[in-house]
Amino acid sequence: MIITKQKNFNELLRCIDSKPVFLVGCNQCATICRTGGKDEVLALKEALETQQIQVSGWVILEPACHQLNDKRMLKDHAEELNKSTKVLVLACGNGAQTLAELVPEKEIIAGTDTLFLGEISHVTEFNKRCVMCGECLLDIYGGLCPVSQCPKSMLNGPCGGSVQGKCEISLQVECVWDHIYQGLKKRGALQALSVIQKPKDWSMAGEMKRRI
Amino acid sequence: MNYRSNLEKSLSEGRFVITTEIGPPKGSDASKIRDKAILLEGYGDAFNITDNQTAVVRMSSLAGSLILLQMDMEPIMQMTCRDRNRIGLQSDVLGATALGVRNILCLTGDHQSFGNHPAAKGVFDIDSIQLLQIIKNMRDAGIFQSGDSLLGKRPCVFLGAAANPYADPFEFQVDRLRKKIDAGAEFIQTQSVYNIEKFSRWMDDVRSQGLDKKVHILAGVTPLKSVKMAERMKFHVPGTDVPDMMYEQIKNASDPAKEGYRIALQTIRELKDIKGIHGIHITALFWEEIIPALVKDAGLTTRI
Repeated sequence: MIITKQKNFNELLRCIDSKPVFLVGCNQCATICRTGGKDEVLALKEALETQQIQVSGWVILEPACHQLNDKRMLKDHAEELNKSTKVLVLACGNGAQTLAELVPEKEIIAGTDTLFLGEISHVTEFNKRCVMCGECLLDIYGGLCPVSQCPKSMLNGPCGGSVQGKCEISLQVECVWDHIYQGLKKRGALQALSVIQKPKDWSMAGEMKRRI
Repeated sequence: MNYRSNLEKSLSEGRFVITTEIGPPKGSDASKIRDKAILLEGYGDAFNITDNQTAVVRMSSLAGSLILLQMDMEPIMQMTCRDRNRIGLQSDVLGATALGVRNILCLTGDHQSFGNHPAAKGVFDIDSIQLLQIIKNMRDAGIFQSGDSLLGKRPCVFLGAAANPYADPFEFQVDRLRKKIDAGAEFIQTQSVYNIEKFSRWMDDVRSQGLDKKVHILAGVTPLKSVKMAERMKFHVPGTDVPDMMYEQIKNASDPAKEGYRIALQTIRELKDIKGIHGIHITALFWEEIIPALVKDAGLTTRI
């Protein structure tokens, strides 16, 4: 899932600059992250109206990154959209850009910052799990990804900076190499780690388009 | 007035300058740089040392620049943002200037997919405009990008950037030049000029905004050595503009190299007459030996 964080309200106010605004949410990632579901969109609507900013309408897209669904759903809001000069999108960066393509005459305001591709560990806790590098190496590491979970993306073992399983950059971050090692040890598969892993092929991370 | 480099001095005194380019070798052999330098000595005011040009691994531009300095020739050290982040770049600025490098050309750099390590991760932490601003601030304000202060001597360096009058959108290129000047560029080396008419139009815009008074513009010239090279420049190298007529002239010539040389000479003569052009930057790819004759025949002279 794409993990987002809502931008600071005052920052959003500055971007809106008293113009009438149309609000867009997303029924998937942003709903689960509680950054752009119906609750958050309505809460933002109320907060803006308290600041005397006109909200011409709102919609929760299904999901915001789906161009065809967006087109269909936005048709029902054409009049409300017309009354706005700006569109504030409470979805990930992808959702905001899809909107920018669909309503090129409107100024798009990104209402969130997109943080990472991650798992929902608890209802209110999300952890980074993938950097979309284009070439998955999970099988080598017992199903745990050092590319996304290690801040140095170390492929040949831990850097030596962790203390009791916690990463040197922050005690909030667990050392993924600790988990990789323990996991493989349990399975008696530690010999996999003695192989020197070659420098990664990052060219796949540069893919910009895919057709099926 | 204390000039930071001979290039700055020559340009400030209103001399028409020549810069040329030396590509470092794909090995650890300093003599490869020295040989090219001996060939070009006296035919350039300063010499660009490229930084892993077209993303192919070569000897570093810092090392190449030092080899040139040891020969009492003046390097223009090229720096791209592809292979180093802001920590590495700032560190190399300190190192290079400590060793005597006095001209740095700031570039974003070709994408790694064009070179001999397409699997590499491109850094691109910052871009050329940000690099200019960072080095300018290190030099003038004594601060690193983070705001942290330099301790001791500040880097003494004359700053350059590239400009491409043939890039799209055409109308944006002058604004981009202005951004580079605002960020710290004191001299500009342009993309190789083949289409003089379009270049002149770009220069008209540059002059109408008074930018030629704020920065020294050196026009790029790359002689076309063969039909194959003309084809490459016309059809495959992004951001170059070889007019159809010029392409036909090379294609139909009995001696394409001779025709390419004639065209380059003609181009230099025409560029010299464009107001606001303060020098020529010659890059003769795999044809460095032609540069001395070209400089002489064009009636250009250097300080040294």
